[in-house]
Order: sequence, then structure tokens, then C-alpha cells
Amino acid sequence: MKSPHLDVRYVARLARLDLTAEEAADFQSQLTDVLGYIAALDRVDVTGLDPALEPGDPFCVARPDAARPGLTADEALANAPSTHDGLFRTPRVVE
Amino acid sequence: MPVSLTVSALRASLAARSLSPREAVLAVAAAAASKDSTLGGYVSLTEAEINTALALADKADVTLPLGGVPIAVKDAIAVQGAPLTCASKILRGFVSPYDATVITRLRAAGAIPLGRTNMDEFAMGSSTENSGFFPARNPRDPERTPGGSSGGSATVVDADTAFAALGSDTGGSIRQPASFTGIVGLKPSYGRVSRYGLVAFASSLEGIGPMTKSVRDAALLLQTMAGHDPLDSTSLNAPVPDYLDTLDRGVKGLKIGLPREYFIDGITPGVRAAIEATVQQLAAAGAEIVDISLPHTEFAVATYYIIATAEASSNLARFDGVRYGHRAAQPADLTDLYNRTRAEGFGPEVKRRIILGTYVLSSGYYDAFYVKAQKVRKLIRRDFTEAFSKVDLIASPVTPATAWKLGTFADTPLQSYLADIFTIAANLAGICGISVPCGLSDGLPVGFQLMGPSLAEKNLLQAAQTVESALSPLALR
Repeated sequence: MKSPHLDVRYVARLARLDLTAEEAADFQSQLTDVLGYIAALDRVDVTGLDPALEPGDPFCVARPDAARPGLTADEALANAPSTHDGLFRTPRVVE
Repeated sequence: MPVSLTVSALRASLAARSLSPREAVLAVAAAAASKDSTLGGYVSLTEAEINTALALADKADVTLPLGGVPIAVKDAIAVQGAPLTCASKILRGFVSPYDATVITRLRAAGAIPLGRTNMDEFAMGSSTENSGFFPARNPRDPERTPGGSSGGSATVVDADTAFAALGSDTGGSIRQPASFTGIVGLKPSYGRVSRYGLVAFASSLEGIGPMTKSVRDAALLLQTMAGHDPLDSTSLNAPVPDYLDTLDRGVKGLKIGLPREYFIDGITPGVRAAIEATVQQLAAAGAEIVDISLPHTEFAVATYYIIATAEASSNLARFDGVRYGHRAAQPADLTDLYNRTRAEGFGPEVKRRIILGTYVLSSGYYDAFYVKAQKVRKLIRRDFTEAFSKVDLIASPVTPATAWKLGTFADTPLQSYLADIFTIAANLAGICGISVPCGLSDGLPVGFQLMGPSLAEKNLLQAAQTVESALSPLALR
């Protein structure tokens, strides 16, 4: 395994999450402990195994492709912090 | 009316019309008003919610299987028109626009959703101390945790401020709080109960289940909740058997395995004594007790905290301040909106798990952590497949110790993760499990865990009923 190094500030940026200096320091030390523990998996031989993406065996999950009632636009917008003309409103994304 | 009644007893009185659904709703409201301010089991049980429930009570059909029965709901499960926060500041003020499938089914059977129960924020934790609002407290000793993440549901059922509650279990979040508070908690097999309307944390691990005062009540609720749902693509399309008709049939002829990896040195003497006495009772009732091995158990916690955090980092990306929930004030641009909304809205454990999950999925580490964990998960599943070729059910403690004091693991999250050792593997393998009270240790409840193969809830409940029947009620109070 590539030697695990977790740069908490860098990863938090990937996750779109601002951290205070105190949080960054706490998480750095706590998550380093967790990664040290997780390294136990190095001892498991998984040669020839496929990853198990689901807990059970895969099964057919498709449902008939039929229209059914959904939320109205008003219902979908009801919990939005900011709306405009029936749309979700965000800060400007294009100049 | 005492809210200490089981759902089964309440149902008998409602059907006989010696009690009314309105009285049942008012009894819950009164009990919660007098007791819950010190216990913190509910995050929301407002006048408006009580009035909605009373309106439903007044037209309840008491001939239905759960006609007129109020049921408390974990704050991660959608009830149309009710608040839904997952005990997170980021969802403060959110109102569900639709019902979860379990709620649709419970309503159709006559039940009345009433009250939102406290939890660890987004179900991340095992003590309810990670609630974004306030911790829930154990009714047996308010200085202690009721467990988590469904700690509020356990608190309200044990404190008799609810007749029954719904929880969700991602790594033990129904079974462990049930164990800590001396109630019954059932984690159904993955896919047995629809996840539609359960706010997603770790989609391949979690499911909804009942938390009740008796095994019979758990069977009664499962009967209504189980079954195929086209709205959940992982819902199993398998017939739902009658869980009640064999409940009293006992364990004669059942083979029950004791995995040696679950009877380790770290178990406290009091828990060990209660579990061993219960195994003796099952043997005396005719079960065949067999020693088995689940050799990859020691890797379950590490595997879980990779897979669960990876799924969480992906699922929680939707909380961005755009479509619902908290939004940071006066953002400079869209990225600033995301960064600050999430910083302000999420608590520390959620942030830790998002960071760990993002890391194990990031370029250069994906194969080493995430794919590796999925392969180990396969080995853990195989352990159970192998074991269930020899035995019908597996028995173990739910936790190595009884409920801990609030604050014990505040700065050492890894230590609290390790306490999940006996419950986590069932989620990785998608099998069913139950915690049933089996005695006390220093005055605190001990839960007995039974696990069964996927869709073996019938056997599971039957054996749990035997454990419950063998125990004098005095041994639990």
C-alpha cells in the first residue's frame, strides 16, 4: 500500500468544507489514529477476490419505465433557502 | 393511560374500544411533556405535530393491524409535513415533502406517526452525543448514554414516552441503543424493508427497523414494514412470511452458533455472565449450541469505517446550501457558498467522516483503501455464509460493555468505533440481527444479540421470543 498520508486541509478542500485551525489540528491527529488502525487490512490476503459492492448477491432491480406522479415545482422549491421565478437561486457562476 | 403498554396490549384495548386512539396520542404527548425535557429523546414533538396526530386518531380504523397506534420516528425518516433534520443544523427548518415507504405502509395499517426522535447527526455515532442539538440520556441513568445512533428512539421507548419507535441501523444503530436501554431492537436483512425516504448515510449498509418493548411488537411492526418496494432499487422482491404465527414455537431443534471471535477478553464480567446464562436457557429450551468461527471478525471495524465514510462523503455532497437546508450568508461565489454552508451546518463527527471518506476515494488511495475494503467485505460475508451452512442462528453480546457515561469518548473517536465490533459485521454482510434484553449488569441493561441469514427474520424473532419469555420481568427493571 502507498504510505498513507492524510493532509486534512487538502482533503477538506476537495470535500468543499472550510475548517478552522483548531478543527484541522484535531482532525489531523484523530484521523491519523484511525488510519493507523485501518492499516490492519494490510494483513488480509485478498488475491483473486472481486470487490463486494453490495452486501448480498446482485439481483435484477429495474422497475417498469412508467410515468408516475412526482413533486410539483412548488413542492420541490418549498425547502430552498433562496428561489427566483420558480428556480433555485445561487451566486453568479458565469461572468 | 400508561405509555408502558406494549403495542400488542394497546392494540387489544383499542380494538375492544376500552381505549381510544385520541387517548393514546394524548398519553404520549403528556408523558413526553413531563419526562422528555430531562431525557432529550425527542428533537421535535410540537403542538402542531400533536394536532396532526389527533386528527388522524379521530378517523383511525381500529380494526386495522396497527389501527390507532402512535409510533415515534427517528429524525432521519421522512414523514410528510413533519420536520426532518437528522439532528443536524444543516437541515434545521426542513419539512418533508413526502412519506418514506415505511410510513406509507404504517399509515395504511392504521398507525399514527408522532414525534421525531433524537439521533447522532446523520446517524454518525453510537451515543447520540453527536446530535447537533442536545444529547439523549439513558432513562436507567441519565448520566449515561442511551447509545446511538437511534438513541432517541431507545430513550422514548424505555422511558415510556412512546409505545414504539422506528430506528435505522448502519453499523449497530438499532441494536446497540436497544441493548443499552433494555428494549428490543430489530435490524432487518438488507433489502427486507425499503430505504425510500430514509436520509442516506451509507446506502449499502443501512436499513430501517422497529424498536419496541417486546419481541412480539417488533414482529408486528416488521409485518407491516417488510416487502418489496419499486422505489428502492435494493429492495428484495421476496414474499413476506407471517412473523407472528410461529413466534411462540420455541427453539427446539434450532442450531445456534457461538462465534469464538465474539467472546473475547474485552467483554466485561457482568455482560459475559448475562450472555452465558441466556445461552444456557436457550440450550435448556431445546436449542443445539454449536461452537463456530467467523475468522475475519477482527477486520470488520476497519472495513466498515472505510466503506461507510466513503459512502457518506458521496451521499452528503447534496448538502450544499442550494436546494434545501442551511445556507451561509453573503457568499462571495458558489465555492464559498458550499465551503461555508457545510462548515457552519455540519458537526465535528460528520466533518471527520466526510474527510476520511473523501480521502479513501481520492486518486492514489482508492484501490488501497476503498477497493481493498470491498474485498475484505467479501471475506466477511463468506464467513457468515460458511457459518450459516452449519447453524440456523448466531448468538453473541451486542456490545462488550453496558452504557457508558456521557463524554467518555469525546476526544477519542477511534475508541468509540471499536465498541461497535459485535454489530458491524451484520451490516457488512446484509444479514438480520436483533437485540433482546437478557439481564442487568450493575443495574444497567445487557442485550443479547441473535443474527440470522438474509431473510431469516422468522427464526430470529422466534428465538428472541424464547429469550424474552425465559426472563423474569423483575430481572430487567
